[in-house]
Amino acid sequence: MKKIRSVNDFVIKFANVNGSGSASANQMFAKGVFRSGIPVSPKNIFPSNIQGLPTWFEVRVNEKGYLGRREGIDISVAMNPQSYGEDIKELKSGGYLIYDSSWKRDFGREDIHVLGIPLTELCVNEFSNPKQRLLFKNLGYVGVLASILEMDKDIYIALINEQFKGKEKLIEPNIKALEIGYSYAEENFKGLCDIKVNKSDKTEGLILTSGNDAAGLGCVYGGATFCAWYPITPSTSLAESYSNYSEKLRIEIGTDKNKFAFIQAEDELAAIGMTIGANWNGARGFTATSGPGISLMSEFIGLAYFAEVPSVIFDVQRGGPSTGMPTRTQQSDLLACAYASHGDTKHVLLIPSDPKECFDFSIEAFDLADRLQTPVMVLLDLDLGMNDWSTKEFDWDDSKEYDRGKVLSKEDLDGMEKFGRYLDVDGDGIPYRTYPGTHPDKGAYFTRGTSHDEYARYTEDGDKNAEVLSRLLKKYQTASELVPKPVFNQEESTSSIGIIYFGSTDCSMQETLDQLDEENLNVDAMRLRAFPFNLEVWEFIEDHDLLFIVEQNRDGQMRTLIMAEGGIIPDKLVSILCFDGQPITASYIKNKINAHLSGVPAKIA
Amino acid sequence: MTYITKPINHHPRLETNKLGLTRRDYEGAVSTLCAGCGHDSISAAIVEACFQLSIEAYRVAKLSGIGCSSKAPAYFLNQSHGFNSVHGRMPSIATGAAMANHELLYLGVSGDGDSASIGIGQFIHCARRQLNMTYFVENNGTYGLTKGQFSATNDLESKSKYGDENLFPAIDLPSMAIQLGASFVARSFSGDRDQLVPLIKAAMCHKGFSLLDIISPCVTFNNHNTSTKSYDYIREHNEALSKPDFVPLGKEITTSYEPGESSEVSLHDGSTLSLTKLALDYDPTDKIIAIKNIQESQRDGKVLTGLLYADPSAKDLKEILNITDQPLNTLTQEQLCPGKSALKDINDNLK
Repeated sequence: MKKIRSVNDFVIKFANVNGSGSASANQMFAKGVFRSGIPVSPKNIFPSNIQGLPTWFEVRVNEKGYLGRREGIDISVAMNPQSYGEDIKELKSGGYLIYDSSWKRDFGREDIHVLGIPLTELCVNEFSNPKQRLLFKNLGYVGVLASILEMDKDIYIALINEQFKGKEKLIEPNIKALEIGYSYAEENFKGLCDIKVNKSDKTEGLILTSGNDAAGLGCVYGGATFCAWYPITPSTSLAESYSNYSEKLRIEIGTDKNKFAFIQAEDELAAIGMTIGANWNGARGFTATSGPGISLMSEFIGLAYFAEVPSVIFDVQRGGPSTGMPTRTQQSDLLACAYASHGDTKHVLLIPSDPKECFDFSIEAFDLADRLQTPVMVLLDLDLGMNDWSTKEFDWDDSKEYDRGKVLSKEDLDGMEKFGRYLDVDGDGIPYRTYPGTHPDKGAYFTRGTSHDEYARYTEDGDKNAEVLSRLLKKYQTASELVPKPVFNQEESTSSIGIIYFGSTDCSMQETLDQLDEENLNVDAMRLRAFPFNLEVWEFIEDHDLLFIVEQNRDGQMRTLIMAEGGIIPDKLVSILCFDGQPITASYIKNKINAHLSGVPAKIA
Repeated sequence: MTYITKPINHHPRLETNKLGLTRRDYEGAVSTLCAGCGHDSISAAIVEACFQLSIEAYRVAKLSGIGCSSKAPAYFLNQSHGFNSVHGRMPSIATGAAMANHELLYLGVSGDGDSASIGIGQFIHCARRQLNMTYFVENNGTYGLTKGQFSATNDLESKSKYGDENLFPAIDLPSMAIQLGASFVARSFSGDRDQLVPLIKAAMCHKGFSLLDIISPCVTFNNHNTSTKSYDYIREHNEALSKPDFVPLGKEITTSYEPGESSEVSLHDGSTLSLTKLALDYDPTDKIIAIKNIQESQRDGKVLTGLLYADPSAKDLKEILNITDQPLNTLTQEQLCPGKSALKDINDNLK
């Protein structure tokens, strides 16, 4: 019978019942591989539920550093009889199935290798506490994997020691659980599995973390002192990351007081209102939410746009529309964010593609919001936000200074004859502002969402209002010069075919580009990182006759933005769309490109 | 919200306060509300209270939502920053602003539509979080700007100007606020300046969430003889709990009362609100008695005014969240950014 043979290149999928404590064991498995020097991309595929439903955890192990999801499972750790049918079907021919053989089962496939271990029996014999009997099955299969993949078991013993630091009495039983699986596999599964993990050095300079964790830390580094938020999957862990890091890094020495305010609001409307209030008063504040929250916040986003109050909003996108698929990924809030709120509004969007960039763009977002005096939205998605990625180490340059934008001090005001909050003094569309409480008799003004003149006074003069709206367009033009530029796969365009992509698609795209290269198809690729689009974006579009726009949504929202903002003829913009809630894969993109080039329309996914 | 600047000429010998300022220095733009609107009397009382307390206007932030009441901040304290936000959402703006800089005085001006309907959620949570602000509800029981619809504080069976009957019971914001944990709750009447000014002064000196629910008749849409928020109705049914006198820090209480006739509430900054008891035997620091009094007077068709409840020892949101005494908006990059050195440990923990 065929056996899958591979070293440091495979996909393993764990099938569990949610609420059974499997997540931390699965993460530990992934981290063990990472510590062996091989990049991993674990992905948690979970239900919108707390206990009892099927949940999966997929880990791609790839020495070349391809971190996108890949179809086909090489090893299945099937711990949930509810989902056996589905799990067996996904397993590739010649693949390996590990299951709890305390209840023996015939899986009806002759082309796979079944490795049964009576985990329940072993744990019942070894542990007396009923909770431990259940929980330790998870570490049991980690032990099995360490054995059959010929990994260094000590890596896992070290991980257990780290995880339970401070709760020392849990260390010994956890190690015992690991050993149970490991010894059983050593005795019974020797030579059965031809997939191996060999130590490597490909994780040098890398860390394993999620986009939400990185963005929360970025807010600490970016000088945010205020966070108001309302719990919503998949953004919750971003706010929590900010709070956790702040509790370590932002405590005032001597008083133990917090150099930050963290408020769980009553809803998203209050969360954005508080964020705007804090920024209005000169503190850097942010909120984190997902699609439904953006819908709720839209009225306030319009106020911040029109009254020109900085604010930073993280949207960790999930499957829409409506409540949609709260635990699946999509890039489907682009239009809702770019034009959020009634009336003529346009907003700055930053679109990071990995956790390192989430960290960097969080910092950048505060500088841009202060510089431009407008809401800046940072768009992650569930895959990037909640899953751990092998990403570059965080870095900070101590010589970097925050850009607090055009803020007048008491001394500035002293030297001024007349202050006009919305006067375009510098011709870049960005006016000067004052914080409340700065000067006894200069610089006070009324912030309002009603139509106003340059001195912030209410006006119903249509020409005055049109002037303000036109100046805001000028500011938007300035924004396009300040936001991060796109990233290109080659310095000079050499092909008539271009690919445009953004966000978490990046990890799969690198692999697609290599695959196309192997097929001798020369393409140029551009990764968008921000909206409004800068000059480089339009030049790239201009330079190509055919452009594929790869998006994880149904309607080709980025394509719509490009058409609407640049007046680009739709004919040369071909959509490649994936919207099933799973992260897009390299082969999916490649197949759609090939199909289009060979005459099969690729527009509908 | 038409904007008319007031002429600056004034009498050379106007009375001045400790800062050498006159009442005119605390004024705002000319009001564009209807002549006789209760809201203008409230603005005048705020001007008077700020003048008497010698408040530095530029250290005040005036915040509002949408509606007739929310226009009012333009009509007092010209030297203060103002924020006219969106309908019912002033409390969230105030929360963020006050966390960014707890040293300013926050005056929130709202109405019954703004606070008892569209913004009731924010009102509730702002009270419950003990945000240090003075929250004015300029309560006229009607939607003025949209021409006279009932609001949620209008009394059951009260009739509109056009003869329609209100089918739903009134929401009583002071009772709610007391239950929610607000630490200073008073009701007053825009036409009773003697009561209103000391209450405003005490509310501004109180640390924590201060609610002033001020019945403020709408002369255009809700001042007819079948309304329960008209000038005549309130004058007839007003039952004042006490005659308040506010004594700032360092001043002796000069009015003398017979034992048992007065009670005093000492505020955290050392100032005192002295209350001459008029009608009911009550203790303004007892929640249960306060709510009982409100309910009983409602049953008897009376409008109870005065200081209803105060807890001068309550913590405010800044203390609850254990925020630094240095305002967050003045912390420097050196105080906020952990720098490159701290990243080494963070990176190592993620390997």
